[in-house]
Amino acid sequence: MSEAPAAPPSASADRAHAQGIDLLLRPPEPRAGWRLLPARVGALCAVELQKLRHDRTELYTRAVQPALWLLIFGQTFTRIRAIPTGGIPYIDYLAPGIIAQSAMFIAIFYGIQIIWERDAGVLNKLLVTPTPRSALITGKAFAAGVKSVVQAVVVIVIAAVLGVALTWNPLRLIGVAVIVVLGSAFFSCLSMTIAGIVLSRDRLMGFGQAITMPLFFASNALYPVAIMPGWLQAVSRFNPLTYEVDALRGLLLGTPAHLALDYGVLLVAAALGIAAASSLLGRLAR
Amino acid sequence: MTDAIACTGLAYAFGDTRAVDGLDLTVREGEVFGLLGPNGAGKTTAIRCVTTLLPVPPGMVAVLGHDAARDRMAVRRLLGYVPQQLSADQGLTGRENVSLFARVFDVPRRERAARVAQALAAVDLTDAADRLAGTYSGGMVRRLELAQALVSAPRLLILDEPTIGLDPIARTGVWEHITAVREATGMTVLVTTHYMDEADQYCDRVGLMHRGRIRALGTPVELRQGLGERRGASATDPLPSLEDVFRDVAGSGLDDTSGDFRDVRSTRRTAQRVG
Repeated sequence: MSEAPAAPPSASADRAHAQGIDLLLRPPEPRAGWRLLPARVGALCAVELQKLRHDRTELYTRAVQPALWLLIFGQTFTRIRAIPTGGIPYIDYLAPGIIAQSAMFIAIFYGIQIIWERDAGVLNKLLVTPTPRSALITGKAFAAGVKSVVQAVVVIVIAAVLGVALTWNPLRLIGVAVIVVLGSAFFSCLSMTIAGIVLSRDRLMGFGQAITMPLFFASNALYPVAIMPGWLQAVSRFNPLTYEVDALRGLLLGTPAHLALDYGVLLVAAALGIAAASSLLGRLAR
Repeated sequence: MTDAIACTGLAYAFGDTRAVDGLDLTVREGEVFGLLGPNGAGKTTAIRCVTTLLPVPPGMVAVLGHDAARDRMAVRRLLGYVPQQLSADQGLTGRENVSLFARVFDVPRRERAARVAQALAAVDLTDAADRLAGTYSGGMVRRLELAQALVSAPRLLILDEPTIGLDPIARTGVWEHITAVREATGMTVLVTTHYMDEADQYCDRVGLMHRGRIRALGTPVELRQGLGERRGASATDPLPSLEDVFRDVAGSGLDDTSGDFRDVRSTRRTAQRVG
């Protein structure tokens, strides 16, 4: 029980306190009402950017897979001309789908991350701050969005290098960023919701693998919805990835898109995802 | 004076297991209170109830007069919490780690940098503030977590096994900073520990918890004297140690009952990471 006795006192504590702690005696004034949510979202997004600034390894390694999709799958199917793309090269048609896929893969990781944070005590420490659970989940969802936007920039640059004719209109690119943030917010919340149900990293990894590829293939990322069998078309209509890819294609390539519907679906999906993940967050704290 | 913590008949069960079973506990404002007990005694569950992590019915837990069920946000604003695990983010610098908690406690931008600097200085981490926390020693990470908790000027600091796995010098360093901060701010400190010598040396009062309830309560000297009297020791005999009191309260058979697999795994992981 009593192991090694404590060592004799040192002078470091006295030295530290000689420097003054007047600010640490005064609690900060609480933010009220609507200002609380953006403040928490901003704090958690800043953390993601700080981590990316210190270690960009993940950014580079995550760029490999989309590059291979565009380089191998995109260039090969451009030659085969097997998939109707409405008159644009297949690699151009594919690029927005790969951007959405990269963003989804990053977001799906957030469920595993929140379980890791629970095991490391980080989640409990955040839950003991004056942060409503919905604000914490919203913060994490938007942090996933910020990380995905950075990744999307990398994929857009790769696509441009491979000759994909993307728009450089700043307004459209802002629209792309908003779509990526909303899509990532939904998929990160889906993942955190599953985390709140299964509660263990191993189970969640199984679920993650089980849902990620079906979500990808049951969308218009690789091929148009019109050439899918009827049952898959029905599934794709409930898949937010379909709306994300539709909007990205419309914004980046100028193909016909249903932008109002796409933004609306993704906004509602993100809101429902935040509500579901917030309601289950308490299970992770126990 | 309002009590820092008042638990009245606090009970919490995980399925059929009653982790906390009718806990009555009062922690006075400004004191360092040690909550001791074997693994599985219910210490961490009790702390989770006090910190609002676990839901409790109204009237069971009050923190500085605020009910933990009805007024959660007010309770959280009064708390600084350091969990047992090493919870600082290794991918951020010390300054960024503390700054995150300044932001989530609504420290305004104009005073954030100064407040973060003071919190880091209070735990003697100014020189290492811009290094990644992943490069810190175990003792430095503990002090960084203390700075994270201090940046919001809490009135109640809750530390769950703050020195687990640390070497004696690092343990002393952590306790010196806790003591110095407490003296400078007057905040209340609730700490759990397995190290009886630490409880004896640094805590004003201790509560020995076993099977979900407080089994002995008082200053370390009172508890040791009480055991000595029960054993019929004379005035010239040396006082029993706090560890003797612990064994007297918890009894034998601890090896078979204390702590489940998850408790032990968590403790070992923390010890491994700081070691």
